[in-house]
Amino acid sequence: MITKKEVQHIAGLARIGLSEKEVEKYSKNLSSTLDWVEQLKEVDVTGVEPTAHITGLENVTREDKEREFPDKEKIVNLFPEKKDNFNKVKSIL
Amino acid sequence: MIRELHEKLINREITAVELAQQYFDRIAEKDKDIFAYLTLTKELAMEQARKVDGKIAAGEKIGILEGIPGAIKDNICVKDVRTTAGSKILDNYIAPYDATVIQRLKEAGAVILGKTNLDEFGHGSSTENSAYGPTKNPHDLERVSGGSSGGSVAAVAADMAVWALGTDTGGSIRQPSALCGTVGLKPTYGRVSRYGAIAMGSSLDQIGPITSTAEDAAIILSVIAGRDNSDATSAKSSGKDYTNFLTGEIKGLKIGIVKEYLDGLSADAKDSMQKVIAKYKSLGAEIKEIELPNAKYSLPAYYVIMQCEVSSNLARFDGIKYGMRADDHKDTPLDFKPEDRTLFETYLDTRKYGLGTEPKRRIMLGTYALSSGYYEAYYLRAQKVRTLIKKDFEKAFEQVDLILTPTAPTPAFKLGEKTEDPLEMYLADIFTVTANIVGVPAISVPGPEVSSLPFGFQLMGKWFDEENLLNAAHAYEIHPVK
Repeated sequence: MITKKEVQHIAGLARIGLSEKEVEKYSKNLSSTLDWVEQLKEVDVTGVEPTAHITGLENVTREDKEREFPDKEKIVNLFPEKKDNFNKVKSIL
Repeated sequence: MIRELHEKLINREITAVELAQQYFDRIAEKDKDIFAYLTLTKELAMEQARKVDGKIAAGEKIGILEGIPGAIKDNICVKDVRTTAGSKILDNYIAPYDATVIQRLKEAGAVILGKTNLDEFGHGSSTENSAYGPTKNPHDLERVSGGSSGGSVAAVAADMAVWALGTDTGGSIRQPSALCGTVGLKPTYGRVSRYGAIAMGSSLDQIGPITSTAEDAAIILSVIAGRDNSDATSAKSSGKDYTNFLTGEIKGLKIGIVKEYLDGLSADAKDSMQKVIAKYKSLGAEIKEIELPNAKYSLPAYYVIMQCEVSSNLARFDGIKYGMRADDHKDTPLDFKPEDRTLFETYLDTRKYGLGTEPKRRIMLGTYALSSGYYEAYYLRAQKVRTLIKKDFEKAFEQVDLILTPTAPTPAFKLGEKTEDPLEMYLADIFTVTANIVGVPAISVPGPEVSSLPFGFQLMGKWFDEENLLNAAHAYEIHPVK
């Protein structure tokens, strides 16, 4: 069972604000989904390698070189708040 | 259908501009009730169509897809067009670039009519989780279109687009195709570049075509498939012209069926599947019973893996770089006054008001499953189970060429019927998720109707063997049902 306190903790880690009502609802929902995936514990996975890439690609590399994006102003226009060409955000300290 | 329209264009029975206009007229007439489209791109479509008409007028040869109108699921970026992914958090997002598949379709001369509705970020099986409202099933407006690519599928089913692109993480192309009576193809993982598709579960996602026929699916796949340097997970092999493999001849093809999958169906649905099996037999295919002992764990493994990947992929929607930020969103009641807020509170508010119920649920579950102390019990275990399921498929494909299953357990359900309990909605994907878990290509084809509603069957093929898959679907279509 995921308690309301745990839901609030997870929501904080996930950076999601929740109302009191939502905390209650998710406490129930998350618990039932987690109970349901418990069935994976029936499977014997001793010595089984986890899947990393399903068709087996490995170490795909490319040259570490910058590429010019042709429409920079279109990216700048998407900033929720800007000053000149800079993205304005709240202080992090 | 694409080939016939192509003939009409080159025989000058219709111009590309007239064809596009016909589709916009039909959208104006029908889409009030169905709600397949979120955004129409008439200016872009007409500009593309005029170009094609110019080439025809100049006596130039045109490609098979040139001037043929289609629709794009709204989680695929089309340059300078609003791309919402069905979410309020991207309500004002104008994509600054084209997804690779869009670049390729534009180069092939395809005409883009607009962007279609989906469950928010692809999170759902009915489009009822779209922040903009549900897409209705064109066959019965009280029923769901399926999801998450419900808008794309409904557009093709109601002839409001000739073809459409969808994305498929656990069945989002195939399940709505089954519910609305279209053909839907999820290619092999890596066959089509994901660059420019808004990521959901990166180890599962594929873009694919939704069409009226297998031939049309082959035409679209031929354009969009192939290695792309912008997607490191795209397969090294290049695409090919898949229409070359559509002989309609399947004598000796070995098709596997899983007995338990058929046993669980209603009598009507079972009957539909039996007719499909009988038809394949009559076409010369060999039907073999196979076993996939671990496949029953696909759905829980899928939900663990997908939710973990969702929690990581959706972290980028934080109100900082693009999209909605809660403090400039005038209609939302904020928990904090913007000027008093810290960065952390900006995140909390933006995601509180910008994201819907289902994305929040999935992000939190994924966050929990990946958090310290739980990673091994959930994500790592699910990825090990995934390896076992893949081994089942490798073994099965030593005996058969294709695997036949229903696409969805039932025909389209009523709107609101499954919205209360998320687990019940998840079961709509029970037959489709396995192909994403193991990465194989899979197609949904309309089979005999169930309760006078469309019902689809699914074929799964070997990794990178879209040829046999499309040809088997094509063979079914061109030989009439007895």
